[in-house]
Amino acid sequence: MTAVSSSGDDTVRATIAKQRANTELGLLLLAVLITLVAYTLVGLAEEAALPAGLAAYGGVLLAVAGAAHVVSRRRAPGGDPILLPLAFLLNGLGLVMIRRFDFAFAARGTDTTLAQQQTVWTVVAVGAFCLTLLVIRDHRVLDRYRYVIGFAAIVLLLLPLLPVIGREINGARIWLRFAGLSFQPGELAKIGLAVFFASYLAENRQLLSVATNKLGPFMVPPARAFGPVVVVWLASLSVLVLQNDLGLSLLLFGMFVLLLYTATGRPAYLLGSTALFGAGAWLAYQLFSHVRPRVDIWLDPFADFAGAGYQLVQSLFALGTGGLFGVGWGQGRPDFIPFVHTDFIFSAFGEELGLVGTTALLLCYLLIVGRGLRTALRVRDDFGTLLAACLVIVFALQTFVILGGVTRLIPLSGMTLPFVSYGGSSLLSNYILIALLVRISAAEHTTVAAREPIQAGDAG
Amino acid sequence: MTHQLKVVGVLLLAMFLALFVNLNYLQVLRADDLANDNRNSRQLIREYEIRRGLMLAGDDATEVARVERTDGTLRYRRQYTDGPLYAHSTGYFSVVFGRSELESSFNDYLIGSAPEAFTRNLTDLLAGRERTGDDLVLTLQPQVQQAAREALGDRRGAVVALEPRTGAILALWSAPSYDPNRLSSHDRTEINTYWDELQDDPARPLVNRVVREWYPPGSTFKLVVAAAALEQGVAPDRTYPDPVELELPQTTATIRNFGRGTCHGGAPITLVEAMVVSCNTTFAQIGLDLGAAALAEQAEAFGFNDQIIEQLPSPLDSHFPAELNPPQTAQAAIGQFDVRSTPLQMALVSSAIANNGVLMRPHLVREVLDDRGERIARFGAEPFAPSGRGDAQAVSQETARHLRDMMVRAVAAGTGRAAAIDGVDVAGKTGTAEGGEGPPTVWFSGFAPAGNPRVAVAVVLEDGGDAGEGATGGAVAAPVARVVLEAALAATDGGAAAAGSLAHDAQQQYRPVATPRTTTSRTASG
Repeated sequence: MTAVSSSGDDTVRATIAKQRANTELGLLLLAVLITLVAYTLVGLAEEAALPAGLAAYGGVLLAVAGAAHVVSRRRAPGGDPILLPLAFLLNGLGLVMIRRFDFAFAARGTDTTLAQQQTVWTVVAVGAFCLTLLVIRDHRVLDRYRYVIGFAAIVLLLLPLLPVIGREINGARIWLRFAGLSFQPGELAKIGLAVFFASYLAENRQLLSVATNKLGPFMVPPARAFGPVVVVWLASLSVLVLQNDLGLSLLLFGMFVLLLYTATGRPAYLLGSTALFGAGAWLAYQLFSHVRPRVDIWLDPFADFAGAGYQLVQSLFALGTGGLFGVGWGQGRPDFIPFVHTDFIFSAFGEELGLVGTTALLLCYLLIVGRGLRTALRVRDDFGTLLAACLVIVFALQTFVILGGVTRLIPLSGMTLPFVSYGGSSLLSNYILIALLVRISAAEHTTVAAREPIQAGDAG
Repeated sequence: MTHQLKVVGVLLLAMFLALFVNLNYLQVLRADDLANDNRNSRQLIREYEIRRGLMLAGDDATEVARVERTDGTLRYRRQYTDGPLYAHSTGYFSVVFGRSELESSFNDYLIGSAPEAFTRNLTDLLAGRERTGDDLVLTLQPQVQQAAREALGDRRGAVVALEPRTGAILALWSAPSYDPNRLSSHDRTEINTYWDELQDDPARPLVNRVVREWYPPGSTFKLVVAAAALEQGVAPDRTYPDPVELELPQTTATIRNFGRGTCHGGAPITLVEAMVVSCNTTFAQIGLDLGAAALAEQAEAFGFNDQIIEQLPSPLDSHFPAELNPPQTAQAAIGQFDVRSTPLQMALVSSAIANNGVLMRPHLVREVLDDRGERIARFGAEPFAPSGRGDAQAVSQETARHLRDMMVRAVAAGTGRAAAIDGVDVAGKTGTAEGGEGPPTVWFSGFAPAGNPRVAVAVVLEDGGDAGEGATGGAVAAPVARVVLEAALAATDGGAAAAGSLAHDAQQQYRPVATPRTTTSRTASG
């Protein structure tokens, strides 16, 4: 490589990076604009005047978007320009809907300030996005600290089981509470586990993909290769048993299995795990009092319309009432659906914005998944590929599990809808997830050889 | 790992595709079902946001139904003035049980979203004017309605009064009634308790007997049979044998007269006289002579087997059976066997006779006004041609005149004497229908004044009213009819005093064309 061509490459890279940064800026501004228009519409529906906080709200959004953009432009040049604006758009629409809930709850005599709190969380979460990009200059640093990160993730998962700070809320023991703040450490643990899985599999993928045994028509890896699968399976079952969290349990298992397949290319893992999952699901249905009703409600929500099935039935009514174009922002009855601001926020979109709105949201999620997979395909190290893939998988699975749940495609398990649902832990961890994807996508831009060997100290 | 990533990508895409397909299923394919599911209160609650239209009755526009603003989740509460009196016309407007009667069938108007109001709604929208419901102006006359309630007292049955020329319903009373206010409150527990109470009541107060209950019409159906005979060219003074009992073909069964005797001392009896004394054997014989098809055709010309009222939801069609054998035909001709009539249907028969044979569509709502008094819709005198007939002329004018003669004589000197009003010619026909066990269902159907009819009426009392096994239409139903007819005559006189009204009637007093040769020697009631 000559000096001239190297500097030419640098120039091309710099130009591309600049173009991408400008694209990101443009899309971010568009996301802010859409959010503000939506915010105005909701305000108008409520009081027939421009919402009072419009300027302040717009200012906060612009400031936050600007900060995120500057950090990603400076510290992750050439990174994916679409991920952040998509996250920001979803976040913004979620904020508007949450503001709309405040109106709806106020009309029922309960004054809430959910939108204010979520705005604060947005600032904190985008701060975390920036911090992630600032601190982690190269995603391979994470590979080095996999055991620390993995251990931290397990601790985070177990924290809610502790007395005093651990809390059980709505039947699931997944909360931490101190100093008046509630936090779901499981949300962050997902990212830690993703790092750990990606790292573990990047190192062991050769071993795990050697098929030596024959099982029927399939060549399968040796039995001990399944060890980690069983460990994770047991771990996710214990999450289910100890913390009563069906969704998280499903998510952890699904993400590990899909990643295992990605790393090894052995469909046997998929099939074997599906069997294990089936067995686990059947056992859970038989053994656990909180799993069975969920399945029964799923099979026939109208059977106990006024009781156990109420929430799901209200969600279906909301979606049906919305129809193709929705009843209009501010015109629906989100207050009829219990937990509409967290798990069921999508149904509120379905009622007020119709199929058009829900499809738009689906497309945003699909685009994030697509851009994430693209990043996984392009990055040139195994760890990077697997980490990007794992983050995408956990993001897509979470979206699927909650959306499938509220639309009665699959049994409902409580979860937040990434970026849209009310809740700080979820918002925070999803912004970190996007930051990691942006970080990896920026790395795809430089060749492995061109990068300096990383030093432990870089992790700061 | 490129291949695996693509496989994972396809898997994730498939998941999103499944979500998308499912959303289309819920928000397009099943959207209407879900939106209109009666357990989905969204629609109902949106309606509570609108100031629902009033229902007004009578010359002084009494507010029969109005709304009251609340400070609860549901913005307006429906209130009914003298609720039980009008319950079977207004219906209820309930958060738990939805809507009934006019609240249901005129809902589009009451919430101001009828097609006729489209342009107004558009201008209102542009002008930023809040949408309000439109008001229904009812044809009901409070005095007549009250007379019907008082005349029936606590006996089970129904009264309906019509204006023959227009089909306007002046009174619609079904007893017992209920209080729609208690179903239209916003207290679900109270509503449910009251609902259960109503459901458990053996007297079934929720049933609107005027349009949704079938009764055997008994001898009032002889009006239809006589109409068929006259239309077939039978002269009013045509005579028939007067046996003690009529032997029916193909069976050992016989038809007997009320009191188990002859109707005319065994001497030949004219059609007119048979009607006046309600002679079963004569009419059974006429039924056999004419045949089932002719009876069915005439019954259907009066509206049997068809929907006669459009303004109330799901009314019951009166029934004249198809495919009758001769013994059944003879039974049907005296309003027995499987012939079933709603009270409104028998009122309509008298009303058509009073209106020179022309059926007018019965209606409860005269017009719809918006809150500025502008008329949105009008439901006036509309001839009613039963389906498959294409003609509102149920009988010829001449037949109608003959029938009127017979009915006048039935009241003046026959079974219906208890319906007679001093100074007014009343036309009418009684009925006493045995319905298996228990006291009979008793009827009166008629109109007044005969020469210039202003009101037609049908009265039904279940289980003989309070008169037991010996109850007859003449003794039990006719007095009720008289009270209602008097009230209606007073009410439809445009505010003139009852005396004036009678004087007016006297001037136009109707004179029978054909005076029967014989007078009745024994009273019979069908």
